Amino acid sequence: MTAPFELSDDSVVVVIGTGAGGGVLANELAQKGVSVVALEAGGRYLPEDYINDEWDSFGQLAWTDPRTTSGDWRVSKDFSGLPAWIVKAVGGTTTHWAGASLRFQDHEWKARTTYGDTAGANLLDWPIDPREMDDYYTRAENKLGVTRTGGRAGLPGNNNFKVFEKGARALGYEEVHTGRMAINSADYDGRPACQQTGFCFQGCKWGAKWSTAYTDIPNGEATGNLEVRERCHVMRIEHNQQGKVTGVVYVDAEGNQQEQKARVVCVAGNSIESPRLLLNSASSMFPDGLANSSGQVGRNYMRHVTGSVYAVFDQPVRMWRGTTMAGIIQDEAINDPSRGFVGGYELETLALGLPFMAAFLDPGAWGREFTTALDHYENMAGMWIVGEDMPQETNRITLNSDVTDQHGLPVANVHFSDHPNDIAMRDHAYRQGIAVYEAVGATRVFPTPPYPSTHNLGTNRMSSDPRDGVVNAHGQSHDIANLFVSDGSQFTTGAAENPTLTIVALAIRQAEFIAAELGRQNI
Amino acid sequence: MSLRKQGMTRRQLLSQSALIGAGFAIGSGFVAGQAQANWALEVEHLKPETMATLIQMARDIYPHDQVGDQFYATAVKGHDSAEAAPGIEDGVAALNAAAKNLGYGRYLDIGWERDRVDLLRSLEDSAFFQQIRGGLVTGLYNQKAVWPIFGYEGESFSEGGYIDRGFDDINWL
Ligand SMILES: Cc1cc2nc3c(=O)[nH]c(=O)nc-3n(C[C@H](O)[C@H](O)[C@H](O)COP(=O)(O)OP(=O)(O)OC[C@H]3O[C@@H](n4cnc5c(N)ncnc54)[C@H](O)[C@@H]3O)c2cc1C
Ligand code: SF4
Repeated sequence: MTAPFELSDDSVVVVIGTGAGGGVLANELAQKGVSVVALEAGGRYLPEDYINDEWDSFGQLAWTDPRTTSGDWRVSKDFSGLPAWIVKAVGGTTTHWAGASLRFQDHEWKARTTYGDTAGANLLDWPIDPREMDDYYTRAENKLGVTRTGGRAGLPGNNNFKVFEKGARALGYEEVHTGRMAINSADYDGRPACQQTGFCFQGCKWGAKWSTAYTDIPNGEATGNLEVRERCHVMRIEHNQQGKVTGVVYVDAEGNQQEQKARVVCVAGNSIESPRLLLNSASSMFPDGLANSSGQVGRNYMRHVTGSVYAVFDQPVRMWRGTTMAGIIQDEAINDPSRGFVGGYELETLALGLPFMAAFLDPGAWGREFTTALDHYENMAGMWIVGEDMPQETNRITLNSDVTDQHGLPVANVHFSDHPNDIAMRDHAYRQGIAVYEAVGATRVFPTPPYPSTHNLGTNRMSSDPRDGVVNAHGQSHDIANLFVSDGSQFTTGAAENPTLTIVALAIRQAEFIAAELGRQNI
Repeated sequence: MSLRKQGMTRRQLLSQSALIGAGFAIGSGFVAGQAQANWALEVEHLKPETMATLIQMARDIYPHDQVGDQFYATAVKGHDSAEAAPGIEDGVAALNAAAKNLGYGRYLDIGWERDRVDLLRSLEDSAFFQQIRGGLVTGLYNQKAVWPIFGYEGESFSEGGYIDRGFDDINWL
């Protein structure tokens, strides 16, 4: 079914990365008859290959190429070589993700206008009107089969949700439900309903959770217009004298360097690898890296205000049973500066298995204070905080030339420090999360620090003015018309919501734009 | 001499072993639990006493009274390799020297957990301590045999998930 394109074929669109952004873009373009070569650094794993064991799955899917960290975030101390917990595989991090699929709130597209001047924050409005996104969101929800949208039923609540819901209601929260999830509550799109197996983070063995690995990728391949080359790591993007990109150089599965010519190049390697690739593609014409005349490539790295609250009860919960993210409280997602911070946050249930709980509950901790928590693992409930963090110029991805990867390329250094607004929001969320569990009789609570980043955003941000960002409202780089950014690194600001639905909606929108521009011979 | 002396606790056995020295080891060396526990760990590169110290240290770092010694032994046995052994021997020697400074014979002679933990706290930034602690995070908690002790059920795909097996069976709310 795959369409083999010649390396010398300079009519193809090259998409780098096959996750939420790249996988959707590649399929959407292929559906429109555009020839696409998708290059993916990771291997191909399907539901039958996924391993329902936390560490074994991590070994199978996680991006573990070397990276370094700096900044005052605790991840830099506890997981200095693992700033982000993301995937290297066909399907990208949509194999790992939990499936929470929320639209941005209108005001979040206009963060600068809504929040005003916030010291230390590099806030900007998105160059997109929220009304423009309505239809793309609807199409994204239908693609993913998001529950509680388009007439699809919600998922049933598991034990972890029931504890969370009862506490939330006791506090007077009203927007409490089992979430809008890209997990089938009934058969949909040829995939079965959720069997409540848990292990959503390890790849859904039923295919009930949407992932590009077994939806958009094979759908695109079936058109004959998409060729996915797995285990192909793009090292750099090439350009000509006119400053147009002409192709990419990559290391193939056999370790040989190849050059694929291209008419258009779309970068979708996630918010750490995408800026790294642009920076590693520096040339005499673009000494600071491609698309970097603004100096913003790699800057404004966002990871959401996160953290978890776990709680122990006097009776069993068995939170690991059923969907990993099984419900949400949305009342705190509003912008209400009287709480002491701008922007808002969502509270979403979360469960970790015993092996990951031991690693992440309080990294580095030991002794009875720690082990007595795990002794009551069966009686634990858990939730995750996801809130809007402030973009800061100094939070950034840079090249660390002291460390190279297996291809000899400088690795990404991920520098992050919280903004005071982030800290105020997290503290508020911890207090509320703790109150939720105490309202149902928690005997002990754990305000757990953020994990290595799962949401990585903002490092090639959209802006209307080329001086403020890297790409325009269509993800097209300000500097190079046939170079696009197609993943979460386009985000101008992060909003309170989990990002993937928006990444997908933007990819659908970008595919329309690219196809139209190709047709008009503009690129 | 029998490794599984009826009625002896591991700690008694270990402290005896110190008195009888090499007599404790048979062949290439063992560390053994008490009779009822019925386990024994062969050591190839480490001194048996070193391994016994590691097991105690593991329990002091991540104490779970309901988890038997054999699981701690399994968790640290990876340190018994040709490459790791010299560093581990040095680390345990330093630990014993620190114990001696406090007036104990060696680490294993410190009777109260609290006192052993105080000693470990004073060494917690050392590479040796962090090597042992870091290894335990997966060495102990990623043992499938340990999971049922904590009630964790592991994968459920092979049983069809929890859809009909209690994903929402909470009854005390
Ligand atoms: C545990 C977990 C839970 C999550 N839960 C949710 C959730 O509930 N809701 C939500 O909205 N989001 C969730 N996310 C986040 C979500 O998965 C990401 O936001 C999304 O997948 C990002 O899409 P992306 O296209 O930017 O990158 P990815 O999906 O990470 O895809 C990037 C791909 O590019 C490849 N690549 C990188 N560099 C190169 C290169 N040089 N050459 C070739 N290929 C390359 C990578 O291997 C990868 O496959 C979760 C993430 C994790 C880890
Ligand atoms: S709980 Fe549902 S969505 Fe999650 S992995 Fe299992 S079947 Fe898939």
